[in-house]
This record gives sequence, C-alpha cells and structure tokens, in this order.
Amino acid sequence: MPNRQPRKYDEYFKRLGSQFVGSIQFAGGVFGLGLDCMRELVRPPFYVYLTIEQMFLIGVRSFLLVAVTALATGSVMALQFGYGLQKFGGQLYVPKLLALAFVREMGPVFTSLLVAARIGSGITAEVGSMNVTQQIDAIRALGTNPIKRIVIPRLLATVITLPILTVMANFIGIFGGMLVTVKELGQTPDFFFQKAVEALRVSDFFMGFLKPVVFAIFIALTACYRGMRTSGGTKGVGDSTTWVVVTTNIFIMVSDFFLTKLFILVHPYQ
Amino acid sequence: MSGETILSMQGIHKSFGPKKVHQGVSFDLHDGEILALFGGSGTGKSVILRSLIGLEKPDAGIIMFEGRDIAQLGEDDLIDVRKKIGYVFQNGALFDSMTVEDNLAYPLIEHTDLTNEKIHARIAEMLDLIGLKGSEKLLPASLSGGMQKRVGAARAIILEPKIILYDEPTAGLDPFNTHRLLELMKLIQRTGKKNGAIFVTHDIPSAFQVADRVAILYNGKIHAIDTTENIKASKDPFVQAFIAGEETRGL
Ligand SMILES: Nc1ncnc2c1ncn2[C@@H]1O[C@H](COP(=O)(O)OP(=O)(O)O)[C@@H](O)[C@H]1O
Ligand SMILES: [Mg+2]
Repeated sequence: MPNRQPRKYDEYFKRLGSQFVGSIQFAGGVFGLGLDCMRELVRPPFYVYLTIEQMFLIGVRSFLLVAVTALATGSVMALQFGYGLQKFGGQLYVPKLLALAFVREMGPVFTSLLVAARIGSGITAEVGSMNVTQQIDAIRALGTNPIKRIVIPRLLATVITLPILTVMANFIGIFGGMLVTVKELGQTPDFFFQKAVEALRVSDFFMGFLKPVVFAIFIALTACYRGMRTSGGTKGVGDSTTWVVVTTNIFIMVSDFFLTKLFILVHPYQ
Repeated sequence: MSGETILSMQGIHKSFGPKKVHQGVSFDLHDGEILALFGGSGTGKSVILRSLIGLEKPDAGIIMFEGRDIAQLGEDDLIDVRKKIGYVFQNGALFDSMTVEDNLAYPLIEHTDLTNEKIHARIAEMLDLIGLKGSEKLLPASLSGGMQKRVGAARAIILEPKIILYDEPTAGLDPFNTHRLLELMKLIQRTGKKNGAIFVTHDIPSAFQVADRVAILYNGKIHAIDTTENIKASKDPFVQAFIAGEETRGL
C-alpha cells in the first residue's frame, strides 16, 4: 500500500492546521471576552451580590482541597530538602528554601492548578449546561446581559479569591514544612520562622500575588468562554469541561515559566 | 380581528456557513392575531423567532418593529425590543438554579421598580393563570415538562409584552397538556394588552385550533400565508400535501 502513508500525513497536517486555527480563534475569543468584561464592568446595573455569592462558592469548594494539598506539599518538601541537603550539611537552609519555593512557585501554581480543576471545571459545566438548555439565550431574551450576570461575577470572584487562597496555601504549606523540620531535623520553630521571614522580600510577595491574578483571569475567562460556546447536549458539556481543565493547566504551567522569567529580568534575584 | 401590521419581516437571508437557511423570508404580523408558522424540523423556524428579538443577526433583510429595524440594533437598543417581545423557549429555558418564583420575578426585578409585595402579587396572579398556584418555592427540576413550558410562558409574558413568540410550545406534550397549553395561549391572547403572537410549530392540528392565520416555511421562503380557513381550503397541491402529511404525523 504505497499511497497510504502520504494520505495519513495529509490527515495529520490537516488536523494540526485546524487545531492551530482553533487555538488562534480561542485566544482571540477569550481576549475579546476580556475586553467585553472591561467595558461592562463600569456600566450599570452591577450585580454585586452575584459576585459575593460566587466568592463564597469558590472559597467553600476549594479551601479544604487547597489546605490539604499545601500541608502535604510543604511537609514532603521539608523532608526532601532536609535529607537531600544533609549530605552537604545544608539543613539550616531548609526554612529559607521552603519559604522561597512556596511563596514564589508552589503556592501560586499548586493553588491555581487546583482551582482550575475544581472551579474552572465547575464554571464550564454550569455555564455549558445553561447554554445547551438555552438559559444563556433566555438571559438575553429577557433583556439582560450574560456578560454582566454570568461572566463578570465569576471573573471577579475568581480574581479576588484565588490570591487569598494562595496566601492561605503559603501559610499552611510553610507551617507543614515547619512541623516536619522541627520533628525530623530538630530545628526550633523560632529559628525556622526567623530564617523563613529573612529569606522573603517584598518582591516575592508581589510575584506570589501577581501570578494567581493572571491565572485567575485566564481560568475564569476560559471557562466562561468555552461554556457559552458549548453545544451538543450533555456530551458537549463533558467535552468542554475536560478541555478547559487541560487548557488552563497547560496555560498555568507554561505562563508560570514566562512570568518568572520576566520577573527575574525586571527584578533580578541576588 | 386582524388589523394593521405591527411587525414586518422583509427579505430575510441567513446562512450558517455553507448552509442557506433563509433565502428571502417575508411576512407581516397583524394587530391582534395569532400567526402560526409551519415548517418541518430544521427549516429555520426557531432562527426566525431568534432573529425577531436579535438573538440572531440576518445576513440581509429588514425586521420592522415600532419604526426601527431590529436587524440593525445593537445589544443596548435590543433591551427595549426584548421587553416588548416575549420569547417562550421550546423547553421553557427556566433558570434551573432559581425557584419558580425567582424565575418569574427576574424580568420584574430587572425592568420595573415594583415593590416586593407587588412582585409577589403579580407572581401569584401568573401562577394562577398557568394553573400552578402554590409552586413558588419549587425548583424547575421538580416540574414536569409541560409545567416548565407553562412557567416559561408566564415568565415571557409577565412584563405584558406586545408580541409573544412561542417556539413549538406543544412539542413533546401529551394530549392533555397540549390542550392545556393551547387554552393558556388563547387566554393570554385575550388578557393584558397583547397585540399579536407567532406560534411556531409542526403540530398542525394544534395550530389550526388557535391560529388566525397560517404561514408555511419551505425551502427558506414563506411558501404560503393566509387565513386558517383559506389554508385549509387551499387548492395548492403543496399546501394540501403538507397539511395532510404533517397532520397524520402530528397524530
Ligand atoms: N447557531 C447555529 N449554527 C449553525 N447552524 C445553525 C445554528 N442555528 C441553527 N442552525 C441550523 O439552521 C437550521 C434551522 O435551525 P432551526 O431554526 O433551529 O430549525 P427549526 O425549524 O427546527 O426550528 C438547522 O439546520 C440548524 O442546524
Ligand atoms: Mg426549532
């Protein structure tokens, strides 16, 4: 079958091409939705209570998940750093390493990944099923605006809640690390905290705060955008949900690298 | 019963990608009438209704309502149109996170300054009209399909729109609920300050019961439009075949 091979490649490139076009369309769509939100944000009516409701939902749905993950991560990192550095007599650096790693990277990234999975999927499923059951159309048909009623409350709530969750994760993670360091490596809590606080600079907190804001905007907009374009009934909702979790996770990982790189350029670590 | 034109669709063209759905749809809605719009499934009936409240933009053509072309209006100007034209979605499209009461209150809260008591009174009145007294606190999921459609109709008319658009209101209903919904449509038409209604359906027997005039959508155009009597008595072989075919399918 000599002419089978080329056809396969043909198909492959066609798929690649359409995926590429799809990504560009998606990026443009999310960007456009962001612009729409900015415009609608400053025009009445304002649905403040809807935003507050969403903040509670996001907080309640993710807090335990974030707390447990942070505690476990902090503890395991303390173990790894502790025994890893033992060979070089570097155990005294554990508090510093842990604090920096958490505030700069682990806190923002892990919390955002968890929220992307938990909240991003939730928003997509909810908005997606509203779309396939014509509830989004109904919002418009009743003379109201889905950007205002659906997108903006979810966007604001995620942008406000995710940094707060990140700060909590930082505390819990470092606390977990401290417990392990005290128990396993025999350092005192006082020493641990002194070293941890010494290591951190204002810029680290700034970065640790900026990242979750960027990720939150992307998670909420992607979830709403994809939700409002969901068709094909229940199966469509499932597909959209999976797609959003995968896409936001990749975005978080990749953009974390570039954000960090950019930050180091602007503000070199000593 | 019918009077002057209150809504007019002229030369509407609409395609989705390569698929030409409308190729010059034109018809008028008269004051006080129920106009039934027949067509097989996928012929673009819903798209017509959606275009009438600006949920869909035609590629060409005009939709005149109160001296303005709906096809040219932006989202902000459409708010006014959407308060005056009520859309009854095929399956109700109720907000499933809200109770029946909150669904019905939604348009009132958004578009009126009514006090809470007045809103409650109005909701009670509507629930009475649709035969669902006392279901204020129920969630849509606990209602049957027929009940959801009736609540959807109540929500669409609670602001007393001038025109009501019904998208397949009887589809999927048993004969009892179909009858009930048709009675509700007649009742709605008699009460309030309604000026007209468009009843999209492929349920021809039902349409004949309530419609003053009938339009048949075929091949992207209005193939025939006339009073219900004239359509029934039409000599046009296509119209006859259509009615006969659809009528047996409807039974
Ligand atoms: N948003 C859309 N995108 C693509 N095609 C659509 C869209 N809306 C409707 N169509 C197509 O237009 C045609 C008419 O749809 P519709 O008005 O829903 O038919 P019906 O007469 O059954 O109500 C169908 O073939 C449908 O696939
Ligand atoms: Mg339809």
